[in-house]
Amino acid sequence: MPLRIVNVKVNGVDQAFMAKPDTTLLLALREQLGLMGAKRGCAQGACGSCTVLLDGAPVVSCLVPAATIDGAAVATVEGLADGQELNDVQQAFVDGFATQCGFCTPGMIMSAEALLARNPDPTADEVNEAISGNVCRCTGYAPIVSAILEAARRRRDRAGTAEQEATR
Amino acid sequence: MTLLYGRGYASVNYPTGMNLGGDPSQALIHATTMGGFVISLSSVDLGQGLKTVVAQCAAETLGMPMEQIIVDTADTDTGPHCMGTFASRGTHRVGNAVIMAAREAREVMLQVAADELEVDAGDLETDGSGYVRLKGSPAKQIHISDIALAAHFKQGKSISGRGMFLKERSYPVPETGEMDPDSCQAHACTVADVEVDDETGVVTVLRLHNTYEIGRALNPAMATQQVEGGAWMGVSHAIFESTEPYYPASRAHGPVDFSEYLMPGSGEIPEQTSVILERPASNGPFGAKGIGEMTANAPIPAIANAIFDACGVRLTTMPFTPESVLRGLDALRDGEPVA
Amino acid sequence: MARIDTEYFRDERASDFKVIGTAVQRSDALGHVTGRTEFMEDRTFPNLAHLKIHRSSHHHALINDVDYSEALKVPGVLRVITYKDVPENWYGVLRLIGIGPDDEPVLAEDRVLYKGEPIVAVVADSEAAALEGASKVKVTYTELKAVLDVEEAMLPDTPVFKRAGTNYFVYEGHHARRIRFGDVEAGFAEADHIFEWRYSSAPIEHAPTETTGCIVVPQSGGRLLIHSNTQAAFFTLDNTALTLKRPFTDLQVKGGTVGGGFGGKVDVMVEPLACIAAAMTNRPVKFVYSREEEMQVSSPRAAERIYIKDGVMNDGRIIARKIMLYVDAGAYARHSPYGATKAAAHLPGPYTIPNVYADCHCVYTNRTPSSAMRGFGVTIADFAIESQMDQVARALHIDPLEFRLRNAYRDGDMKAHRKVASGTALIEVIQRTAELVGHELPEEYRAMSSSTPRGAGA
Repeated sequence: MPLRIVNVKVNGVDQAFMAKPDTTLLLALREQLGLMGAKRGCAQGACGSCTVLLDGAPVVSCLVPAATIDGAAVATVEGLADGQELNDVQQAFVDGFATQCGFCTPGMIMSAEALLARNPDPTADEVNEAISGNVCRCTGYAPIVSAILEAARRRRDRAGTAEQEATR
Repeated sequence: MTLLYGRGYASVNYPTGMNLGGDPSQALIHATTMGGFVISLSSVDLGQGLKTVVAQCAAETLGMPMEQIIVDTADTDTGPHCMGTFASRGTHRVGNAVIMAAREAREVMLQVAADELEVDAGDLETDGSGYVRLKGSPAKQIHISDIALAAHFKQGKSISGRGMFLKERSYPVPETGEMDPDSCQAHACTVADVEVDDETGVVTVLRLHNTYEIGRALNPAMATQQVEGGAWMGVSHAIFESTEPYYPASRAHGPVDFSEYLMPGSGEIPEQTSVILERPASNGPFGAKGIGEMTANAPIPAIANAIFDACGVRLTTMPFTPESVLRGLDALRDGEPVA
Repeated sequence: MARIDTEYFRDERASDFKVIGTAVQRSDALGHVTGRTEFMEDRTFPNLAHLKIHRSSHHHALINDVDYSEALKVPGVLRVITYKDVPENWYGVLRLIGIGPDDEPVLAEDRVLYKGEPIVAVVADSEAAALEGASKVKVTYTELKAVLDVEEAMLPDTPVFKRAGTNYFVYEGHHARRIRFGDVEAGFAEADHIFEWRYSSAPIEHAPTETTGCIVVPQSGGRLLIHSNTQAAFFTLDNTALTLKRPFTDLQVKGGTVGGGFGGKVDVMVEPLACIAAAMTNRPVKFVYSREEEMQVSSPRAAERIYIKDGVMNDGRIIARKIMLYVDAGAYARHSPYGATKAAAHLPGPYTIPNVYADCHCVYTNRTPSSAMRGFGVTIADFAIESQMDQVARALHIDPLEFRLRNAYRDGDMKAHRKVASGTALIEVIQRTAELVGHELPEEYRAMSSSTPRGAGA
């Protein structure tokens, strides 16, 4: 069975793992790199619990053959906080009581990150679309949507403030 | 195509606990050297927030801030027995056990503080910020870290407590069904507004207006999580969910993943307005009743009743699929009595 | 956040709390948003083995032969476990509280009673090898007629497929959990109107985002450490020890952080086999349901069928209610006998009705065993009761909320299971919801109170 060494940048750090043809990105992250944030909810690409960013785009990592991503950049929930400081999406999820059991949370947050990276001012409908592949069984979604909209607002406010300071 | 609108009503109650086998839970609590309080349990947090809410119960009883409380749970070697997390029992049973344990620990804590301050323990109170002080002369006070250090290294006392809640076993009388299975009842009333598309049969739940009576909202934000997430599950049960779409005639075509097992996504959820009433239960922790399970229940019949209000189709089989709506509409057009 | 209306029960809810009643942040939220919360599967162990199941392909059949020789030839397969390897193969999850009989095998012996019933467990070095091994097991069957309808299952001519001798759970000599309160036939005779309808539901899956599972790790000294996402740590420990016929002190269960349960993680389905496999191989063993197993093999919320017959007076008072309720337990009891009793205690709903008669049947059929789920016994009963209330109100041209308020239970009322009601608040939640939606209630209904005895004042 061909075994490949795959070099990737994970959360900004150069990493390598061994990939067999049936090794998924999800298993590589969890079993070889020890990054347990991405969860196996179905291993069928239908629950979104394993969502990570691959070169900035949200993917269900359980369906990504690890051997195919040599040279890519992967972002997982573990890379979002700056030390003890949560990023806007994480903080908004905490403040808005948008987590219950927490199993879907990392995937939700990564889908939200992908959305806000390409659309800093999304509508509620756009948030709904962005997380339409992420299943939550506890919250009823409303607090999650609110948290993502709140995170977008905070991020825009911060960007606006930074711009004002820069032009001052 | 016409969009039809309707409103439906439902009101329910729900038991806290179901104790036909006897329903116990225990808690242990002890102070660390610097005055942290460790609550040892074997109870399970499914995401409803048990760990947080029992820490609140301990903090309130001890008179200490939340930061002092550590919850260590669900290891059968270190935590005392708990029946488990089900039957809307966790907050009620474990909360009560934690309060009992915390009361016992508080008594020791106050006695140690009294000996340090050379006053009577009965004259002491907690201020909620970490100090034990003399009632009426708050300048005479001692911090919990000093109390705990004194207990450990000077007085040789264990600031600790044991808590137990037991609802004794109830044997139903076989002939009549006489029994005492629950500890208290929570209540809910839902008004649902729906839209029915008479061409596709699709039911959209537009709004849920809810009132819940839950004894005491120990943590209003987490109580809101429970009631709103539970109501979403009720909507999902009502219009989407089944593992056997052709029940009972055929066991075939069961969904095997989230692509086939349908639930409302975030774009398909009703607007929810929720009001909480509190009628504290005499046997509940600070009056709290169990609410985790109740909240899915009222939306289902409220939606069925709203569908009838909208289009005259009485759906008596869950879930209320587009097919069943269309068959009902066909029957109405054909003048057949609707089953 | 939902608002708390402090006007209601003002005198009873007075309080002076510092922490209670405040929106303290969840202690687990930081872990959830950073990915640090440790769920059952987020632990790695060297030399981990995996367990997968070969399941029945028939609803009801005799097993003629089980041939697992090809499974053993799959590279990486370590062991095959059959019922002969299970020290106490027959169990009932409620045996600890004396509810029997133990009606379910951990692994099938000479027959299967539902499609998906576990027959053989395969333990292998990798998940893929375990799956392949399980697929290589060959079982030959003699198919038997499947019973898939609860009322058909109870007919005298229907073949009995349960070894206890009835296709239903026996409650102290009765075919159902009974409620007998007042004289329901006299009530019907006195009533101005009789209304009778039928309600039903299909099975529902808990669908937690994290599937049911465990990892069992042999400890030095022979103890087994079970990392589990069970909803009840000691329930799992006790039942597993009984199946293994080992001292309870041989086992340790660790868990407490669960990716959603909703009642789906109280059946103790994975731990006993994983423990047997771990003891056999002396290696850590993981047994986690696939999503497909979670959806179709793990127990759902029971389907129910409910007939309600009401005797009602012209003024809207319900004076008699008779309920025939059938819980579809599927092939084995699990928590369903308990759920049917819970249903009985809930009847006739939150209303005070002087004559009540109910038979709550726990019926076996050849489908996936149902079990506990969020509100079981109550959720579907509420659908039926509240649909019934709507139909009766409409038939009598009475406002739906006024109809409920007229019959709402109050403090001091005797419930049908002969427990005196206390702490009631049905009237108030109806009044407050009416206010919420601008549904005008006449003064006499607005003046009602749960703490005012029936007949006194309003």
